[in-house]
Amino acid sequence: MDKSAFEERKTISAPMHASLRHDSAHKHVAGSADYIDDMPEPEGTLHAALGMSDRAHAEIVSMDLSAVRTAPGVVWVMTGADVPGHNDISPTGRHDEPVLAEGRVEFHGQPVFAVIAESREAARKAARLAKIEYRDLPHWTEVTDTLENGATLVTDPLTLSRGDADAALAASPRTISGEMRIGGQDHFYLEGHIALAIPGEDDDVTVWSSTQHPSEVQHMVGHALGVPSNAVTVQVRRMGGGFGGKETQSNQFAAIAAIAAKKLKRAVKFRPDRDEDMTTTGKRHDFLVAYETGFDEEGRIQAVKANYAARCGFSSDLSGPVTDRALFHADNAYFYPNVRLTSQPLKTNTVSNTAFRGFGGPQGMVGGERIIEEIAYALGKDPLEIRKANFYGEPGSDRVLTPYHQPVEDNIVARIVDELDHSSDYKARRRAIIDFNAKSRVIRKGIALTPVKFGISFTATWYNQAGALVHVYQDGSIHLNHGGTEMGQGLFTKVAQVLADAFQVDIATVKITATTTAKVPNTSATAASSGSDLNGMAAFDAARQIKERLVAFAAEKWGVSPDDVAFVPHHVRIGETLVPFADFIKQAYMARVQLSAAGFYKTPKIHWDRAKGMGSPFYYFAYGAAVSEVSIDTLTGEYQVDRVDILHDVGRSLNPAIDKGQVEGAFVQGMGWLTTEELWWDDKGRLRTHAPSTYKIPLASDRPKIFNVRLAEWSENAEPTIGRSKAVGEPPFMLAISVLEALSMAVASVADYRHCPRLDAPATPERVLMAVERLRGM
Amino acid sequence: MQQTGRIRLILNDEDIVLDDVPATGTLLDWLRLRRRLTGTKEGCAEGDCGACTVLVGRLLDGDLVYESVNACIRLLGSLNATHVVTVEHLAAPDGALHPVQQALVDHHGSQCGFCTPGFVMSLYGLWLASDRPGRPEIEKALQGNLCRCTGYEPIVAAAEAVAATRPSAVFDPIERTRADVKEKLAALAPRQTIRMGEVGNRVVIPADVGALAEVLAAEPKATLVAGCTDVGLWVTKQMRALDPVVFINHLQELQAIERSDGGLTIGAGVTYTQAFAALCEMVPALRPLIDRIGGAQVRNMGTIGGNIANGSPIGDTPPPLIALGATLALRATAGRRELPLEDYFIEYGRQDRRPGEFVESLFVPAPAADDRFAVYKLSKRRDEDISALCGAFRIALDHAGTVTYARLCFGGMAGTPKRATHVEAALRGKPWTEATIVAAAMAFEQDYTPLSDWRATAAYRMLAARNLLMRFYLETTGETAQLHRFEEVA
Ligand SMILES: Cc1cc2nc3c(=O)[nH]c(=O)nc-3n(C[C@H](O)[C@H](O)[C@H](O)COP(=O)(O)OP(=O)(O)OC[C@H]3O[C@@H](n4cnc5c(N)ncnc54)[C@H](O)[C@@H]3O)c2cc1C
Ligand code: FES
Ligand code: FES
Repeated sequence: MDKSAFEERKTISAPMHASLRHDSAHKHVAGSADYIDDMPEPEGTLHAALGMSDRAHAEIVSMDLSAVRTAPGVVWVMTGADVPGHNDISPTGRHDEPVLAEGRVEFHGQPVFAVIAESREAARKAARLAKIEYRDLPHWTEVTDTLENGATLVTDPLTLSRGDADAALAASPRTISGEMRIGGQDHFYLEGHIALAIPGEDDDVTVWSSTQHPSEVQHMVGHALGVPSNAVTVQVRRMGGGFGGKETQSNQFAAIAAIAAKKLKRAVKFRPDRDEDMTTTGKRHDFLVAYETGFDEEGRIQAVKANYAARCGFSSDLSGPVTDRALFHADNAYFYPNVRLTSQPLKTNTVSNTAFRGFGGPQGMVGGERIIEEIAYALGKDPLEIRKANFYGEPGSDRVLTPYHQPVEDNIVARIVDELDHSSDYKARRRAIIDFNAKSRVIRKGIALTPVKFGISFTATWYNQAGALVHVYQDGSIHLNHGGTEMGQGLFTKVAQVLADAFQVDIATVKITATTTAKVPNTSATAASSGSDLNGMAAFDAARQIKERLVAFAAEKWGVSPDDVAFVPHHVRIGETLVPFADFIKQAYMARVQLSAAGFYKTPKIHWDRAKGMGSPFYYFAYGAAVSEVSIDTLTGEYQVDRVDILHDVGRSLNPAIDKGQVEGAFVQGMGWLTTEELWWDDKGRLRTHAPSTYKIPLASDRPKIFNVRLAEWSENAEPTIGRSKAVGEPPFMLAISVLEALSMAVASVADYRHCPRLDAPATPERVLMAVERLRGM
Repeated sequence: MQQTGRIRLILNDEDIVLDDVPATGTLLDWLRLRRRLTGTKEGCAEGDCGACTVLVGRLLDGDLVYESVNACIRLLGSLNATHVVTVEHLAAPDGALHPVQQALVDHHGSQCGFCTPGFVMSLYGLWLASDRPGRPEIEKALQGNLCRCTGYEPIVAAAEAVAATRPSAVFDPIERTRADVKEKLAALAPRQTIRMGEVGNRVVIPADVGALAEVLAAEPKATLVAGCTDVGLWVTKQMRALDPVVFINHLQELQAIERSDGGLTIGAGVTYTQAFAALCEMVPALRPLIDRIGGAQVRNMGTIGGNIANGSPIGDTPPPLIALGATLALRATAGRRELPLEDYFIEYGRQDRRPGEFVESLFVPAPAADDRFAVYKLSKRRDEDISALCGAFRIALDHAGTVTYARLCFGGMAGTPKRATHVEAALRGKPWTEATIVAAAMAFEQDYTPLSDWRATAAYRMLAARNLLMRFYLETTGETAQLHRFEEVA
């Protein structure tokens, strides 16, 4: 039956591993993709705005909000005392982060009250009318200030140790010690934070929130309202970017909107202005890394000791796991025979820093790569030589143990680096650059090849679980839902491909639906690059269950063995019979087969004992490498990125087009972090770079002039992940370290490469020029 | 206030008449909240991200031109007699995407998609205006659009790919109605001054420059709005109440550009884009500067008059204009007066503009043929950033290579755009040699005491100012002394 149709359509439109375009691409360009602010507002929707502290650290002596209350359009002014449940949104349960500050403020810009008004404009105008009297307390915004003034921590530090670092340092032929400052980074998702809360009956409230973590928003809203989680439904169809900035930072806006909505029995929308968003939400952590290394004349590392002190802000937020991950990546791809790494999650009077693509890993890795650079300049060698001399060894060798005692078993870094070394013509270009620099007075060039090895899995082991809900309707159309959120990374597209592949139908048959806590509960943040690994598997599991029931049904009805039932493009093959998928589903429905399933997945193998600093926190590693070539102007410090070549490992790609997009985007974002994106606080502790006018992310004209990006097509995940793919969100971010190091080489040329320039990040034109000046004086 | 007239415009394919426009209402809020055209996004509300980009068509010297602008800082009252085109207007009636949109889809040019409508509109504007743009043109057209997801590569690739299709070959929404719209807009130009709103919320659109002078005489505290690239932020960020708001962007008299043997007269209302087209003809060395001011949207809105009138110490046009010896014409009901541009800037926050006066035009004398001139801007990010410092250099040498004339002016080094008179003196009469430069550079300390802020430290500003003088010298000797993204030095 129906063989002719089958002959015509032997393939499906978008199986796994196909370069399908983003599911919303058409809507994006047409302007018809709805973000939360674009949804029609319920009648009578009110709007919220924040009143913020203008002190970095102070006691609140008195608060006169009368002018705010009587301002036109104002319906309610809410303070911490009005929070019906707990005035706390600490994601790790440390009770150190109020929704609205009471009694004391701990950073400049901390929310102290919220205005609810008939319009957003009215709320924003009224919020400026408060009269708050403060008694100032001493404030520390810089890591160095904090270190000199008691070094208070926001959470427990971590130590990773293997071998005897002190003894090995003492015994090393050569040692170097130094310090490096690494700046933070604002996420600058193009869509700022937003929440729309719609009150329901009883305790119920539905919150549309631009969040990467709907379950946590659900819990926090429930916690703040003092109602159980089952009263709160949180939904999100898409975000206009997240990058980690919407993992915990959505809680505040959602909680305020929900509290006001319940109190006033009207829908409340809360969309902070960009300046408020950047002032009141956390960023990538800045670090001060103090390092010491011992090595031999060949550049082989004997020992590394490093302390990673981080600006965490006034509360813990995710600073524990972020600073942990910095330590997990301080080794990057290098074997440290003896090592002792410590973290110092410092409390500062700044906004509480949070997750950001790489989650501390990039800072850890930048510190590790600085050590390589130091050794290379000390020995007068090409840093690539030092890198190769220190790579983790082949599996089974005595050079595979990480500082956290997990062996590196899937190491492909040497192959990646060798391929890129050749394909980019690195060595010849480096020689040409050294010749060029010898002749050029003002313009100098630099080139660097840096690798990436990044551990995949949440280090909070219980986060490595996911759920999906799949319905097949009577007409054969499929409804897909899972706990992951879509922020542009193409997760929804990839998971839909998994499902289309499983059922052998066109992607158009699969309807992708908004993430909601009502369909899939207890989800983890869409973070740690884990989205497709976890949710792809959960959806696959749901499909597996439905397919098993369908196979059993077919075997019984057609009287064949289950082995003779197969899902083939648009059809089910039952013995010799081909039944169109939709017809088959209809028959299954009539026979009362359950056509819906909840899928589940948890990552196997991983475990982590934080107290001991030992375990296998990562399921696998993702690898990559980049070569960057830059030019600098030694009179002004200005620079440009002339060429970048990348070879990156995504295992067997679920969608090469989307993965390539992730690699390119992550690289440029990482380049911004290390070059022009600078966070600057004034002496009052006020962040002065709080909008795109003052905070400069890369433009089209900043991207590499020549940009060659390739995926390592030969790579397959050694672990049985979905389609043997690998996570892609975070790892390529760190490829941009090659830009920083290329700039460093260009600077080093002014002193004939005799000194490591110790170029800190972000390497703004000013930092580059000042490094040039410093080296000229040496 | 007695209401006279109404604001009329075209929005996509609809004729709009407004008789109640809030003085500080933005185009973006009107589109999103009143018209429910939510394709246009708000990413920053300060003109820096481009998510709100729309095209505005207006008559310029009888031509209908469409330019990309930032709807977030464009006030609705400034749109009389214009055609506003939003992303919703691009697809064909049957839903088929416009080639510009389709190219972005085909090249995977969107990830989160929030920036995308803005990119569509910027690329559409470029596509309409430019035949086969190359990478430099594409990048310049995108300087005002931020994308945090893609790294831009696929967006630029899409722009390159679509360049081969030309408007005449497709069903283009703007080309299709061009003749009609042109006729309509000509009819909408105000013949009388438009006034609306009550005290506290008044909009005035003067019929001509004479009417403007009268309005200002009666209301010296009125806020003039030209391109709104400064005023827009007072509204969206500082929530300032402005009353009355007097729009001048439409005044044809302020748009005039007159070339004479002695130089160029530029009306205060001429946009950066138009002004630099003329200025660069006369002084080609200004060309790199225009690529460094704002993004395309800001250059299409912001005016030379506004850049001067606001008195900012970090405006980019005053340093080169002062180095070129420009003079300013101020006008009031009482008449017109002229003064050297440098005298206009008295001190930080204070300018020589009397109540009732407005900036009418600027005269830029043509430099002598063998004058050497350059302007250099330094900023944290090369494009679409405010200057940390901006220096303009002009010298003349005699046959023996001795400096006979030196005029240097910097922004970002003091409370106003200010000449480096001590450095000038140290150069004058000296041979144009490296030794002279090294010695003269020390005199910057006498001219300036710069500040430290988030753009740069005082130390960097001082060091870089000296080094820019060295760059200027080296370039006159033929040395490669700066990087160029857009044009390779010949
Ligand atoms: C994203 C962005 C990027 C920018 N980048 C740059 C940059 O790179 N370099 C730079 O120099 N500037 C930059 N600016 C600032 C701004 O573009 C300029 O200052 C601009 O020239 C102001 O002109 P306007 O016509 O928009 O002025 P408006 O905002 O309309 O007015 C500015 C001020 O001038 C007054 N005014 C305007 N016209 C007159 C007149 N004819 N007579 C008297 N008073 C008048 C107004 O009342 C107001 O006080 C940027 C702004 C934005 C938003
Ligand atoms: S919203 Fe960012 S430029 Fe208008
Ligand atoms: S696609 Fe997300 S900002 Fe451009």
